[in-house]
Amino acid sequence: MPHSTFFRFMFPSLLAMLLFIALPIVSIVVQSLFIEHEQVIVTSETCQPFGGCTSTSTVDSAATAQLRAEEPLGRFNGLGTYIDRNHLAFGELRDILTTSDGFTDAVSRIYNLPLYRALAFTVTYCALVTPLAMMLGLLIALAVNTVPQMLKGPVIFFSLVPMLITPLVGSLILFWMLNSEGILGAAIQNVFNDPGLSTRSSAPLTWAMLIVYGIWTNAPFSFIVFYAGLQAVPRDTVEAAMIDGASRIERIRYVVLPSLKPLILFVLLVQLMDNFRVFEPIISFNAAANATSLSYQIYSSLNTQTSQLFGSAAATSVITIGFIAVLIVPVLLRVARELSTGRG
Amino acid sequence: MTFHRTTLVSLAALLIAGPALAECGIEAGSVRILSNDFEALRLVNSEAATCASETVTVESNATSEHKNIQVPALTGNPAEYTIAMVANNSIVPLLNDGLIRPLDDLVAEYGQQLQPNQLIKIDGKTMAIAFMANSQHLFFRRDVLEQAGVEPPTTWEGVLDAAKAIKDQGIMEHPLGASNATGWDLAAEFVNMYLGTGAEFFAPGTAELAIDNEQGRATLQMMRDLTQYMAPEYVTFNANTMGAVYQSGNMAIMQQWGSLAGATIDPAKSTPEVVENTVFAPSPTIGGGTTPAAALWWDGFTIAQNISDEDAEASFRAMMHAIRPEVAAEHPQVATWLIAGYEPGPTAAGVIGTAMSGARPYPMVPYMGLLHETLGNELADFIKGSEDADKALADITASYTAAAQQAGFLQ
Repeated sequence: MPHSTFFRFMFPSLLAMLLFIALPIVSIVVQSLFIEHEQVIVTSETCQPFGGCTSTSTVDSAATAQLRAEEPLGRFNGLGTYIDRNHLAFGELRDILTTSDGFTDAVSRIYNLPLYRALAFTVTYCALVTPLAMMLGLLIALAVNTVPQMLKGPVIFFSLVPMLITPLVGSLILFWMLNSEGILGAAIQNVFNDPGLSTRSSAPLTWAMLIVYGIWTNAPFSFIVFYAGLQAVPRDTVEAAMIDGASRIERIRYVVLPSLKPLILFVLLVQLMDNFRVFEPIISFNAAANATSLSYQIYSSLNTQTSQLFGSAAATSVITIGFIAVLIVPVLLRVARELSTGRG
Repeated sequence: MTFHRTTLVSLAALLIAGPALAECGIEAGSVRILSNDFEALRLVNSEAATCASETVTVESNATSEHKNIQVPALTGNPAEYTIAMVANNSIVPLLNDGLIRPLDDLVAEYGQQLQPNQLIKIDGKTMAIAFMANSQHLFFRRDVLEQAGVEPPTTWEGVLDAAKAIKDQGIMEHPLGASNATGWDLAAEFVNMYLGTGAEFFAPGTAELAIDNEQGRATLQMMRDLTQYMAPEYVTFNANTMGAVYQSGNMAIMQQWGSLAGATIDPAKSTPEVVENTVFAPSPTIGGGTTPAAALWWDGFTIAQNISDEDAEASFRAMMHAIRPEVAAEHPQVATWLIAGYEPGPTAAGVIGTAMSGARPYPMVPYMGLLHETLGNELADFIKGSEDADKALADITASYTAAAQQAGFLQ
């Protein structure tokens, strides 16, 4: 294809990426370097329906507005936001490493810092859900591929149900079922004969619940992509392998999987990025006491009742982008190598 | 025949609506309301809507996301909304940014129906008009307490004893409830209990946090003690979740919002035992104090700065119509109104009792929101029992300090 044609094809997409992805990222990076102006606090007499009039602190809005007009971005804080206690917490980390007694103490104290706590769950979730959901998706795809033509439609529809249900609704239904008065929660208590057992009170069980939920909702995506891929697996090679006496497992291992490889890499890439941004289940399961994620941290900086902390949210976003980049670079390199050797 | 009846009904509606239009007395203007989303505010919005005419437009947007959109929506010129309904906490960002206008002239001209305590004044200027009160207070089941042979509790220590009696006698496994869900609810529990100790949140006149003290520890201890009588997943209960469990008859005592009292004893939503036996009582005291451990809230309206004077006048008069004494008289069960002539119904007993016993208002200081956010996140470990009070208070202080520096309240 001539370069000019290629460019004309790509131009709209490049423009959209520049406008909707590159520019916002630049603005987030800029935002993360600034914090709010110093607020000019004055004492005023405040009267309200209860307790009559008292003198309380209020912000001098005129003075603060003037500061803001002079420097609309706020005060330059450099990397200060990144290293404060609510983000990478370098000061606290140094302190922990010099004063901790033993490895366990250090780990538990680091886990107490909000960003590292969020990171611990995010990474665990991503590391478990991605491969397990892909495996489950592949198994379903292989199974569906063998059912008789007549049943395929209904089976495929049924397998896609977790993807069709809005995540918030699906997890809210499960949230109520897992309540200790709910059908699943009560059943679990009965099976283990422990009335204090609740999937929502202990941290390990909350994590397990969120991860199982993640696998359940993510598997259909892998399934549908792999199922499409299976239709393109060369039939002659499979038949040749059968004649050579390869078992079903061996055929999958040596014929099916290699031909699905580009798809597996693609799904891996998408799922890694998706799972690293885990957010909805934490909200709908009210699980923030036991599990928070980087996305949850961003949400909580912005969803405040008074001052939204834009700088803080922006810093967490940039940190998230950084981690996602680190995660997907190996996969991207792999894809590039595949393409350059012409096997992709 | 059907046609006939419809015509009659519409005629009747016109006749009733006719005088209402005249009552508002607005010549022209645009009224655009942004409010939180609960029954009382929806009622006020619909009353304001009756002022609409050929020259007056009235629109309202009731959403629980109002706190997130109010500042951007009122910053524009002209502002997206002419009226922002607020409470103690949500008025603060509007004041901080100077987005609402003083109402004194409008009050003098059109506000004869208002009582002095409805005016929210900052340095002598009326910035908001309050029309209803709200607070969390005790809801309990009379039958369960009688069965356990305990008196209705008036202190949190008494609540612990009552819960113990109910549990020990095997009447209920998890008699207590609190909205301890991580985030806003959990923080509100702390704020309520801490207000009951009589202590202050901040060093006077500064944004320095002052909760790392004896009262702070007593507050945390009580919050933790109460959890031993709660369902194991208490860290996931917000006000609505807790209400649902109570309404199903599986809880005996909870501290719940007064604005949900009506719904709690609604036979369509609760089991018959709950409807018959629920008592609304003032919030209990803590540690031998006399202050109920619950924050008092008011809900009211403010008028945007960046709108024309004509729209401001139209908005104010529409609101005066929406909160006229008849509205409170016709809907006494919907809210604890602050409107003149309101006769409190049974569902208001808890809020009024809490206010009469001298509960303190939710602090209106500009940095309270940041503290609330921090409390909501940092108390999670403590309330689960995986952290002690000293560590929790240290974490709160560290996290609040970092956030307050970001927001420009601390250096």
